[in-house]
Amino acid sequence: MDSNKYLDDISEIKNMMSRSSRFISLSGLSGILAGIYALIGAYLAYLKLTAFWAIDPTAYARNNSAPLGTNLILDLTIIAICVILAAIITGAVLSIQKAKKSEESIWNKTSQRLVLNFLIPLVAGGIFCLVLLQYGFTGLVAPATLIFYGLACVNASKYTLGDVRYMGIAFIIIGLISTQFLGYGLYFWALGFGVFHIIYGSMMYFKYDRK
Amino acid sequence: MSLIDNINKAFDHRIRLGIMSILVVNDYADFNMLKELLGATDGNLASHTKALEKEAYIKVEKQFIGRKPNTRYSATKLGKTAFNKHIDALEKLIGK
Repeated sequence: MDSNKYLDDISEIKNMMSRSSRFISLSGLSGILAGIYALIGAYLAYLKLTAFWAIDPTAYARNNSAPLGTNLILDLTIIAICVILAAIITGAVLSIQKAKKSEESIWNKTSQRLVLNFLIPLVAGGIFCLVLLQYGFTGLVAPATLIFYGLACVNASKYTLGDVRYMGIAFIIIGLISTQFLGYGLYFWALGFGVFHIIYGSMMYFKYDRK
Repeated sequence: MSLIDNINKAFDHRIRLGIMSILVVNDYADFNMLKELLGATDGNLASHTKALEKEAYIKVEKQFIGRKPNTRYSATKLGKTAFNKHIDALEKLIGK
């Protein structure tokens, strides 16, 4: 009979340790939706790119590190920003809902730490990508975003569900692989931000959300 | 020496166990954070923190953030050692 009480004590200790140090209301579903937005965005970007190549066939033949047309860059940037905003809003809304269900407050020390530690590598990577664009290393932007996003996930995983760590590592790996296939950045983007998000999102959804 | 001797009476309550669990993985926690995580009332939480403070397992710092008083708790080295011993004892008792 006593041993039951000790077991309860141990599980209470574990529960308090993780709830006080990790933000566990991260929604798996938001990962799936972010992946779907990314795939839609990649498809739109693909349409833009093929349209651009149709007008200016030499652009494709030129080395990928040559600066692309500024209008195209602008269009692609707008698509990217829309995808990111949609993903962030969905993630925030779904996580708030999940936090409400488990009666956890959404903006507490754990979520603040999570956001801060996620943003440090991400902002550094974002600035670095702007520098790449500045010098015309357009082809390296896709690998750099994948690698820095992966680093951000690994860094943030200490403050949320541990699975985020493995997704981050997967991103870093395909980011590094994509440096060897410079013309195919868009496909790696679709694979990472699209497919990986959907895979890991559904894994987390079935593991934590559907109880 | 029997295993039961390692069970620390100071941690023999859900709230005190919770306070120590939170404080060993976080550098510090304030009163409201503890209250929210443990789902305890002000009076209840205050009496348990006082008990742990008396054992010198936790340290209490009172300060002001702007004009609001803020009470911050952190685990002492003694408290962390005692708590780890307690966890070891619990695990051994379950393992039997």
